[in-house]
Amino acid sequence: MIDKKYLLNTEQMANFVADGYLRFDELIPSELNEAAHTEMEEGIIVRGRGGTVLDEVWDDESAVGKVFRLPEVQGIIHSLVGENPLYDHHAVHIVRPQNNIGQIWHADAIIDLRMHFDIQFFYFSHDTPREMGGTMILPGSHYRRVCETDIARYQNFLGQLPITCNAGTLFVVHHGMWHCAQPNLTDRTRYMFKLRLNPTVRQCQLWNTDDIDTPGIHGALGRNHRWYGNDVRLEIVNRIKQWRFLIGDDSFDIGYWLSRLENMPENAQDAA
Amino acid sequence: MSELRQQLLVLHLHTPDLNSGVVAWALYDGTGQKRHTTGDSETPPYSSVVEAMQDGWRVIQFPQQFPAYPGMEYHTSYLRFEYILEKLEKI
Repeated sequence: MIDKKYLLNTEQMANFVADGYLRFDELIPSELNEAAHTEMEEGIIVRGRGGTVLDEVWDDESAVGKVFRLPEVQGIIHSLVGENPLYDHHAVHIVRPQNNIGQIWHADAIIDLRMHFDIQFFYFSHDTPREMGGTMILPGSHYRRVCETDIARYQNFLGQLPITCNAGTLFVVHHGMWHCAQPNLTDRTRYMFKLRLNPTVRQCQLWNTDDIDTPGIHGALGRNHRWYGNDVRLEIVNRIKQWRFLIGDDSFDIGYWLSRLENMPENAQDAA
Repeated sequence: MSELRQQLLVLHLHTPDLNSGVVAWALYDGTGQKRHTTGDSETPPYSSVVEAMQDGWRVIQFPQQFPAYPGMEYHTSYLRFEYILEKLEKI
């Protein structure tokens, strides 16, 4: 059983629901970053079969395996998809030096109707300044129903977030997050390790819920992203539904958004 | 062959009002002078479609507006208020 201190708290979970991602700067120690970088350069990371229990994919000698067995990373995994998730796939994303064209915007899958969600880790084993990329994400895009590169015509959004970070930084994103690799204008090859995991348990209160009643979550779940425009209230409805699913309470609301729509009295008024 | 080439500017607005703010943007240059790409700017080239029109861009497509399909009233997907503008540039 994982120590509670490694689990996410309620505020972090609310931020994940509102933004679609969490970032953990310099979480992974240097020696593991260097070893994982070498594995990526040499192309020796074992590829598992989709649907394998994560813990069975990499042996104890694998640097990448060690990264995802760190208690801090296990705590993130446990909080979002449970303690024994399935390995879906991984990819070593490589952007060659002096590549000045960004990848097209895309989501990583076809339209996904589930309230259950997968997570994807973006692991940066080396420093990634803006001139090197890194991966651009669009906070708050994860509930949009699109099919992979349907969104390739877009180029820029208010609030788009280029991931620039120091070595050892880990992002975890909802599977629906829109993203694209950014140009690498340096003379060095850029690597990013991506890992997708599937839940095997009902995603309900898997995190440290000691602060579940904190009032701050209402502000987080009601957060606007500037690119939403007129759709912001629809996005808040998406989040309310997700939060109800996560806490197991179908009466949860932010403000009065869903309660109003669900108010459909059937009782007849008594005649005088 | 004509010496004119088309430049396209795609502006996504906050609302269907052509004066409302730009929330996303893209440029496609048919002159071959520049290739725009994802993440290449942090601020939009114009604050609204009307401001772009005042700078000589011609609106060539309006977004159609449809009522939500039954069952999809609360779903979000693409950016809905997409205006396409053009300029013709001599090469």
